[in-house]
Amino acid sequence: MYRYDEFDHRLVAERVEQFRDQVRRRLAGELTEDEFKPLRLMNGVYLQLHAYMLRVAVPYGVLSSRQMRKLAHIARRYDKGYGHFTTRQNIQFNWPKLSEVPDLLAELAEVEMHAIQTSGNCIRNTTADQFAGVAGDEIEDPRLYAEIIRQWSTLHPEFSFLPRKFKIAVTGAPHDRAAIKTHDIGIGLVRNNDGETGFDIFVGGGQGRTPLVAKRIRGFLPKQHLLSYLEAILRVYNMLGQRNNIYKARIKILVNTVGIDAFTDMVEAEWQALKDSALDLPEAEVARIKAYFAPPAYEHLADNDPVFIEKRLADRAFARWLSTSMHPHKVPGYAIVTISLKPDGGIPGDASAEQMEAVADLADRYSFGELRVAHEQNLVLADVRQRDLYALWQELLRHGLATPNVGLIGDIIACPGLDYCNLANARSIPIAQQISRRFADLDRQHDIGRITLNISGCINACGHHHVGNIGILGVDKKGTEFYQVTLGGSADENTAVGDIIGPAFDEHHIVDAVETIVGTYLEIRKNGESFIDTYRRVGLAPFKETLYATH
Amino acid sequence: MTLQAITANRLVDGQVVYLREDDQWSPRIQEAIVADSDEFAKTLLELARRAVERRLIVDPYLFAVSIEKGRIQPLGRRETIRAAGPSVRPDLGYQAAAE
Repeated sequence: MYRYDEFDHRLVAERVEQFRDQVRRRLAGELTEDEFKPLRLMNGVYLQLHAYMLRVAVPYGVLSSRQMRKLAHIARRYDKGYGHFTTRQNIQFNWPKLSEVPDLLAELAEVEMHAIQTSGNCIRNTTADQFAGVAGDEIEDPRLYAEIIRQWSTLHPEFSFLPRKFKIAVTGAPHDRAAIKTHDIGIGLVRNNDGETGFDIFVGGGQGRTPLVAKRIRGFLPKQHLLSYLEAILRVYNMLGQRNNIYKARIKILVNTVGIDAFTDMVEAEWQALKDSALDLPEAEVARIKAYFAPPAYEHLADNDPVFIEKRLADRAFARWLSTSMHPHKVPGYAIVTISLKPDGGIPGDASAEQMEAVADLADRYSFGELRVAHEQNLVLADVRQRDLYALWQELLRHGLATPNVGLIGDIIACPGLDYCNLANARSIPIAQQISRRFADLDRQHDIGRITLNISGCINACGHHHVGNIGILGVDKKGTEFYQVTLGGSADENTAVGDIIGPAFDEHHIVDAVETIVGTYLEIRKNGESFIDTYRRVGLAPFKETLYATH
Repeated sequence: MTLQAITANRLVDGQVVYLREDDQWSPRIQEAIVADSDEFAKTLLELARRAVERRLIVDPYLFAVSIEKGRIQPLGRRETIRAAGPSVRPDLGYQAAAE
């Protein structure tokens, strides 16, 4: 993985000391809250319902075991013993004291981590496919380009005060696991007819109160032009984005208003002035950064290790866990493992300090000391020998980390909601917990099959409800929490915004509503058809009929 | 007249606090001073403004409460959660320790 050079170290260290002085001045009364607030937000410090919240960047979701141990230490020393992995592959701490945040940031800097640009109207953490570099279907490793974007966008002077926040995601595989079309800019690596790889670039996606699927702005961008093209997009947005209305300030509104053709023309015109300049990626520099993502020292192994096969056949629980948690690896004899952070009735994305330390140890023992955070709020061990899978599973079981529900209805994405968040209108987590308990029966979950269920506690959609196969949005109606249901959303290469099915349900009926929807699907599905495929075949009508007839 | 109390977050650590009768700020909602008139509520807000200047708190505001069996109850869900800690982790809120 990438390691800081002297410039990175100095930049982060200086930023910690700068913020230490800003906190001192705030506590001494030299800065008012109005003056201090933008400064703390630039360093990832929010003020939430109960306390300050610190959002720490996990660049493109990649963590070393050493970094994970530091996060565990921070959870214990500065927080209440846990952290929350987010839908942007970051981690949030819910209870830090403002007076201690500078020391916390100094400890993070020791392991090459920070909270810079995790808030504010700037380019946020660039996210990527959590299986980057190891997925069998990958065209090229997206981490290299995510890292290049990270370096370019960090403290970029022109883009530190954009009209609104700006999110970029990169995938290197045709099957999109990074939800790139829900981002301000989505980048996919593609191969052209000449066998060259380049970028398929989408712009203007986003969720929130105006959910829009990103549109293609360039089908094939030669790789050396990545930064000049991104800079051209950002420059057009920075000039024309609507700064006087927070609800219309994202690039998706601009793209939607002027139309993708006109927007593309403006970007291409801007790009003509920027391309073939210092922004071109120098081959030597690309090679230098690429070296950080060189494959680890894989052993020469064959697939279907006999011990692994024997255990899989002998132990049904292990086989069941494999069926959801294991993903094919590009190297024979290895597997990618997703660790569910969604125990039955648990809080999606939360991990205790002990669990963080446990997965750090397991990463050292079984996966070259590296971990990933998935935007679905799970963790990933990317390089596990098949022959180690059984031992790994047993260890995960001991730590409550082996729930075999990845990709199933128990694998719920949920934002913190009104239990923590200052913006939320309704609680998300308790609804996720109730649904998770209702569908805890594993036979039933596996029978239902692949499905995504996402919950947000307000229209800002941090819980990705718009793009869940089943989406749930919490709203407040005269002091009572209600939950609006959408069906048909998806966040992969066939990204779609879900359709609102009808009137919302209160907290006592929303779980029954989900049960009815799932029951309807089971009734009408054809052989082997997933929930989303059934929905695309039949639409809202049959679900609406059963839902509101029984309600 | 709606009864109102005043709340804020403590500057140094963000903890939810309530204005008390003695012009101090407490994490315990049961210690909050309750205003029963708009004029009284304005006085509380002025005290809160001064507490902001003294760097004790940030973002003070009034919220509606009722008094049931001698106990102060916030009327809205948001303030109920702020007073009690996250509904999903009542063991961990500052308020849990304070009660």
